[in-house]
Amino acid sequence: MVDFGFGLVPSSRINLDLFDKDKYRELVKIEPDARICMACGSCTAVCTAGKFVHTSLREAIEDILNAKNDKALESLQACQLCGKCSMVCPRGINTRHLILSINKVYSAK
Amino acid sequence: MKNNILIIGGGPAGLESASQLQRMGYNVILIEKSPKLGGHLAKWDRLFPDSVPADEVLGGLLRGAEGVKCFTDTDVRAINRLDKSYNVRLTNGITVLSDAVLVASGFDLFDAVKKEEYGYGVYDQVMTNADLEAYFKTGTDRRIENPGKIGFAHCVGSRDEKAGCRSCSKVCCATAVKQAIEMKQAFPNAEVFCFYMDLRLFGRHYEDIYLKAQKEYGVRFIRGRVAEVSENYDGTLLVKAEDTVAGKPLKVTLDLLVLMAGMRPSGVGKAIGDLLEMPVEEDGYFAVRSGIAASQRSPIPGIFLAGAATGPKTLPETLADARAAAMEVDRYLTEIFPDAKNYKQLVKERW
Repeated sequence: MVDFGFGLVPSSRINLDLFDKDKYRELVKIEPDARICMACGSCTAVCTAGKFVHTSLREAIEDILNAKNDKALESLQACQLCGKCSMVCPRGINTRHLILSINKVYSAK
Repeated sequence: MKNNILIIGGGPAGLESASQLQRMGYNVILIEKSPKLGGHLAKWDRLFPDSVPADEVLGGLLRGAEGVKCFTDTDVRAINRLDKSYNVRLTNGITVLSDAVLVASGFDLFDAVKKEEYGYGVYDQVMTNADLEAYFKTGTDRRIENPGKIGFAHCVGSRDEKAGCRSCSKVCCATAVKQAIEMKQAFPNAEVFCFYMDLRLFGRHYEDIYLKAQKEYGVRFIRGRVAEVSENYDGTLLVKAEDTVAGKPLKVTLDLLVLMAGMRPSGVGKAIGDLLEMPVEEDGYFAVRSGIAASQRSPIPGIFLAGAATGPKTLPETLADARAAAMEVDRYLTEIFPDAKNYKQLVKERW
């Protein structure tokens, strides 16, 4: 099979063939709002934990879709559930709830 | 062919359809709630994408509508539907028996005060796109004094479920790019930043001004919505966003922030819609008979729509819509309206 050179640096590539459909289905079942993020970055910009440790809900959602589940969890590890992101989200996502659900679904092995 | 037609709204859509209908020989009565004809166009300085003076375009519209009975400072007091026509009582005491009503009530600019996190009306150096146009027109604004760093926040009151405005306002991206260029022309040493989520430069020449803004004027486009703004002690602004391309939170100190306020359904239009019992869609704009095949016809026979009353439109789209509405009115008044015997049946089949 042609690999387009993608085999060289696994950490910096996106391979959508590895996307975990079952887990994602499980996530959107309890959290349909996971689908409506438009990646505006407001959540990340206002994140209070983000001042100290790299934290980004926008990135976590993207990482999940890009088959990088562990990286997604890392991006949310420092979250203090302060809820500031939910105040600025233009799509009105219940971000705290979404963060908890992502942790629940993707932490389970 | 001397039917009365009432046009509600004296902006570009109302003026253009009035001019067309008058040419067709109809007796057109146009009412405008504010003291002046021209709508938002009268407050704008130059128009994207080619920076044509707004006055020039408005002048052409007004010349076209010469001879139309225009009542400014006039609203609708009451409307009765008779068999086929509408009996409309105006606030200036005049009553019009109109065979067709064309609603061209346009839009309101989103009230930027509602986005508290941006501080419009609280922080001195925050202004709106409309304020900036007023500055270009008059040359004065206390907020603008050789600004060194200028930001444009796209999507203020657009694509924002929380502010109750889901849809894209269509015109702000191109307006922001236009205004960014104009600010660079006025203040060549200024640094200009545009904060966007998606740049929707869909129209002819729009991509050209985007390219020009980057290449000739060095405008920085940052992909991330402005999340919050605060004011420093010296009056400058601290703006926060995420640079979503870099994947990092970003802050920048600005001397001026321009909010690209989007389009909302007209409040005055809504009141008239209530009198006419016109249905609106979830987005607050008037419903049409069919979004594709009959977008200038209201679901109510004899009532027509043009311009931003049916959703955000650019100016050329509005003018084309106004001409189309005039054709629709003519078709109704020649093919359906005169046939007293079969009117109901014809409406059922063809409206």
